[in-house]
Formats: sequence, C-alpha cells, structure tokens
Amino acid sequence: MPNFTINGIAATVPDGTTILSAAHTIGIEIPHYCYHPKLSIAGNCRMCLVEVEKFPKLQIACNTVVTEGMVVRSDTEKVRKAVTGVLELMLIHHPVDCPICDQAGECGLQNYYMKFGLHKSRYDLEDKVHKKKVQDIGGQIVLDAERCILCSRCVRFLQEITKTGEMDFFQRADHSEISIFPGRKLDNDYTGNLADICPVGALTSKDFRFKCRVWFLSGVESICPGCSNGCNIVADFKGDILYRLKPRRNDDVNQTWMCDLGRLEYRKANESRLLVPVLREGGKPVAASWDEVLMTSAMRFREAAEKHGPGSVAVIASPQSSNEELFLAKKLASEILKTETIGFTSRTPGDGLSDDFLIKADKTPNSRGAQLLGFAEEGFGRAVKAISDGKIRALLIFGTALSDLSDAEVESLLSKVPFVAHVGTGDGAVSRAAHAVLPSASFAERGGTFTNFAGRVQRFRRGFAPRGKARNDIEIIVGLANRLGAGWKFDGEESVFKALSEASAPFSGMSYESLGSGGQAVAEGR
Amino acid sequence: MTIGVKKVARPEKMSFGESLYLLEIMKGLAVTMGHFLHNIAHNKDIPTIEYPEVRRTMPARFRGCHRLMKRPDGSPRCVACYMCATACPAKCITIVAGESPDPAVEKYPVRFDIDMLRCVFCGQCVEACPCDAIRMDTGWHTPPEDTREKLIYMIDKLLEK
Ligand code: SF4
Ligand code: SF4
Ligand code: SF4
Ligand code: SF4
Ligand code: FES
Repeated sequence: MPNFTINGIAATVPDGTTILSAAHTIGIEIPHYCYHPKLSIAGNCRMCLVEVEKFPKLQIACNTVVTEGMVVRSDTEKVRKAVTGVLELMLIHHPVDCPICDQAGECGLQNYYMKFGLHKSRYDLEDKVHKKKVQDIGGQIVLDAERCILCSRCVRFLQEITKTGEMDFFQRADHSEISIFPGRKLDNDYTGNLADICPVGALTSKDFRFKCRVWFLSGVESICPGCSNGCNIVADFKGDILYRLKPRRNDDVNQTWMCDLGRLEYRKANESRLLVPVLREGGKPVAASWDEVLMTSAMRFREAAEKHGPGSVAVIASPQSSNEELFLAKKLASEILKTETIGFTSRTPGDGLSDDFLIKADKTPNSRGAQLLGFAEEGFGRAVKAISDGKIRALLIFGTALSDLSDAEVESLLSKVPFVAHVGTGDGAVSRAAHAVLPSASFAERGGTFTNFAGRVQRFRRGFAPRGKARNDIEIIVGLANRLGAGWKFDGEESVFKALSEASAPFSGMSYESLGSGGQAVAEGR
Repeated sequence: MTIGVKKVARPEKMSFGESLYLLEIMKGLAVTMGHFLHNIAHNKDIPTIEYPEVRRTMPARFRGCHRLMKRPDGSPRCVACYMCATACPAKCITIVAGESPDPAVEKYPVRFDIDMLRCVFCGQCVEACPCDAIRMDTGWHTPPEDTREKLIYMIDKLLEK
C-alpha cells in the first residue's frame, strides 16, 4: 500500500495501482485516449503525461505504477505544454469535419481541444493526408479512417474481449491507417461497443447515424430489456422518442459492454405501440376511456368468478414486467381474483441466441423475478390447457407476445375465452384478440426493478411520461384491483417495492436506497 | 411624433362620476376626437404609413428573410449539422438529416424548415453556421401571406432565392 502525493494531495493506494487510476479515485482527471479500464494498457497516445519527481522526463500516467513516496504533478506548465503538443500532433491530419461527425458533442478531441488546445493550426489544409471515409465495415459500425487517432482501443477490444481480431493498423507514419482486414467484415455480436470506446468519430454507429445530435438527448439509468443478463445501460431519449441505448459500467454484470441485439431493443419502445385503451365488444374495437375499460374488465372478472367459480379466471404474467408489477399481479390473482390458474413463460419467438459472455438464451429481463414472486413456468402450460379446454371465462394477460406462439395460434387459443383483458405495450396478435386493451408504458416510461438470471435486482428508471394515453402497469393493476374492491393504496413503484421486500423472503431487507445504481443480489444468491 | 408610455394608476374605488360610465365614455371619445382633429390638421406627423404603396427605408444592416446557399452544382451547401437549430432561441428551425448520395458530402438536409412566424430575426443561425450555408437578406422583410403554412419556409423555398 504505497503512499504518494499528486498535485499536493496525499493518498494511499493498493499495490500495483497506476497513477492514472490512483488520481481518478481521488477525483483528479488525467486526460487520456488509449487507456480504457477494461482493456490492456497500450500507452501509445501520450495524452496522460505527468511530471514525476526524480524522473528526468514526463511519464505516462496510465502505465506508471505508484511507488512509495512518489510525488506526482499533473498541473504544471510543463505537463500542459506537453499535452497541448500531443494534441496538436493528433490534429495535424485530422479532417475536423465536426459538422457532419456524429461524435461531435461527446468527442475526446473536441473536449480536450477546449481544455488543452485552443491553438491555431500550423499545418496547411492542402498538406493533410487523406484516408478512406464512410466505410461500412459490418456489424453496427461505420468507419472513417481519417478521424482515427490511432489509439488502438478498437484493436485491443477485438483481440481481448470478442477475440475475433478483425481490425488492425496498416501503413506507416502519417499514412498509418486503421482498417479491417481485406475481405473481412466485423463478425461478432458486440460491434456496437466499438462506437462507444472509440474516443473520436472514427467508429460511429450505423443505426444512430445522423438521427439526432447528441446534445439534444437526455439519458436515464436503465436496464437492457433484451435478455436475462440485465446489462446496465443508459437510455438516451429526446421528447418521447428513444434514440439509443448505451452500456453503463457495472463490474458485476456487464463491465462496460452490451451486445448488439440489446442495443436495438429501444426500437420496440418506439414502434407499433398501443396508445389508447380499447374495448372490443361484438368484434369491433372502440376507443374507450380508462375508467370504462377498467370498469368493464373488473365487471367481467367478477361476473366470471361469481357464475363459474374462481377457477374460470386465469392470469398470465409477463417476464417483461418489473418485480413490482409481478408482485401486484400475483397479489391481484391470489387475493382478489382467488385463482390458481396463473403462470408466465420466458419463451419468445426466435432462436434464443446465447454465448458464454453476456448474451443469454432467455430473451426476457425478469423471468427470475417472476419465479421468485410466485409465478411458475409450469403454470403457463396449465393455463393454456385450461384455456383450450374452454374452462377459462375471463383472462388477464400481460406482455405483447404470448410465448413463441404464431399469430394464428394465439388467435385460435384466445378465441376460446369470452373475455380477454390485455395489458401490454405493443400491438400484436394478443392485443388484436383482446376484448379490453389496457396500453402500458415502455421500460423507459416507467420505473421499477428487474431480477437478472443470477438473481441480481437492478433498478431501471423512468425517462419520460408514457406515450399517448398509455399508463404504467402499477396504476393499471391497482386500478383494476380497486374496482374489484381491494382498497389498495400504492403510490408509485417505490411503495410497491417496500411492500414486496416485506412480503417476499428473497427480497427482504432491500430498498431502492440499498439497490443504488448497481443493484443487489437476492437473499439466496447473496 | 414620439410614442411614449403613460402610466395610469387604477383607483381603488370609483368615484360617483366614474360609476356612471356614460360620462367616462364621453371623456374617452373626446380624447379620440382630439387626436382625429389634430391628425387632420397636422397630416404630416402621422406615424403610420400607407403600406405597401409607401415603404420604410430599412437600416443598411437590417437582416430579414433567410436563404440557404447552394454549391456550384446547385445542391445545398448545408450539411445538416444542426448548429443553427441549436443556436436558435426561438426553436423555429426543424432539420432532418440524411445520407447524401455523394460520398464527398456525406450528410445533407432531407428537410429544412424555418417557421418565419416564430423567428425573432436575431441572426444567431447565420452566426452559428460553420459552412456559411444560411444567410439573411438585406432590404426586405418576410412578405405577408394569408395562411400560416405559407410562412413555414421549406427547403425548396429557402434554396430557390
Ligand atoms: S472526431 Fe471529433 S474532432 Fe474529429 S470531426 Fe468528429 S467530432 Fe470533430
Ligand atoms: S478507430 Fe477509434 S478506437 Fe480505433 S484506433 Fe482509431 S481512434 Fe482508436
Ligand atoms: S434569425 Fe434567430 S430566431 Fe430566426 S431562425 Fe435564425 S436563430 Fe432562429
Ligand atoms: S448551421 Fe449551416 S450547415 Fe449547419 S444545419 Fe444550419 S444551415 Fe446547415
Ligand atoms: S492514456 Fe496513457 S498513453 Fe494513452
């Protein structure tokens, strides 16, 4: 545990800590490009130069280990001049096409130029070396070789993380150029991360390309709803449109990465949304008020239970719902509707791609939570059997899709039930077959927690108000329960989580405060 | 004639004369009549002009109607960088960017609207543009139109000047 001082501040750090990370822990930011906390150290950009006492030359902070009694300064004129020089060198051949560069606004060159550069170019425009621009190199990435500062983060990512090694440097000196090996394309499921780690606009996202300037976006801490891994993300939105998902660091879950499939999950929150409550009486869908649909649904459920017994009512929960919503759905099913025909399924259409890194075969974010909160996968089979036997008179169904059933299968199954109430975000076979459609909020429009495959409970937060007339699921379930005489007084997801943590053993002792932004493992996995 | 501001204090309670109303209406009409007769007598001093037959001379540095500049080949010089839309205090510029068929241009505005009814003619957009693609003309202001839609200038109109 060496003691050292930086800019006059004394600190003790664990053995083997580099100056750069030691400085970071005490709140001193040292400029850097090639250093990345989750990649090997390359030490090639020279932005992180600092003065170390008794060293004749400046040292790179990213690869100099702190030793006992070390005296470091990152705020001297000598350091400033060196960093400005490094930056000027990097910008010599840089095209500075910020107006058409998607990185502008979150660009390492722009930021450090404002901080350390502010110099006039001493290089003639005509002398700049030109390289290949706008190259579609596969995956989710567009490459502009001219903007590259040769930091090698992308090369190291492809060698160390995905181990596919599609890119490298070619040529020498001024003509050094980042490129993909001839005849190859990016071929892995994590290409989107390249756009995040590239400190400049050399690697940018094909999907986000030209869609929005980054300074118009607001971000909210969220959890990727794409699979049961529960990668921590930031959801970037403008108004009520989601534009992109970016990974957020959580060393226990996804480090700093996320997969390409997950990155496109934002589309579901934008496309074919259910926006108004609908009642379908006699086959014709009619837009209705919230009060009407909730009232009608409550009435039909009560009617079914009274006439045919509680066994004629079924609830199919969704692993897309949060723990809070599942807790309330369970409470509604067992305490109010008094039915035992409940279940959920984590099956989804598609091939269930998985690997040994982040991607899980279970394409739903909260099947673990559903299990822990009393919904069983076997229950789904039982419910489906009861439905096809014609025993179910009223069905409450959550989620946009029903298992991996085709549209025709869903239609013929649900046609056996006289009353189907559907709580979901997206239009589909289920909502088309439902007699009452209760449109709910997307994951960016509501708050709550998901429990990932390993039993880690993690919070996702509300970015903006639900679109159209959609409402968050908690409001919907409480509205329904209270119209059935429950008298619940839940007010927002935090109060529900409090009740949940008191009622359910795996979640005991948890609160939104204790979850923080990184989450917490449930009791059995702790 | 200078136009000043006269502050009239509102009385807490109306006097008997004021509460009769009719008297006050007469007084008001007297003021109007006074101005009317004064204007007939001093025709030259009336501040209003008979637009559009008569027009004011604009100050030399006045900048009004926007135009988008063109490249030599006639395509818009604008690269849809959103600098103008970002700088605009009235938030009246709407841009949708697209991938240009010309790889040397890369990005171009598929849509570029200025809502002239919301514009406050501050010139920030011109100032912000890194490509000198948007300018404001001297000597004339936004011509009047009979519908709101016609005053939302689309890219074709902005380019045609
Ligand atoms: S990489 Fe940065 S500095 Fe270079 S053009 Fe893009 S935004 Fe501008
Ligand atoms: S493309 Fe980006 S990440 Fe790769 S070396 Fe160049 S600047 Fe670094
Ligand atoms: S002149 Fe001012 S208000 Fe009008 S478009 Fe330009 S920036 Fe906006
Ligand atoms: S600032 Fe200029 S180049 Fe950029 S969008 Fe506006 S007009 Fe186009
Ligand atoms: S960050 Fe230290 S050399 Fe690049």
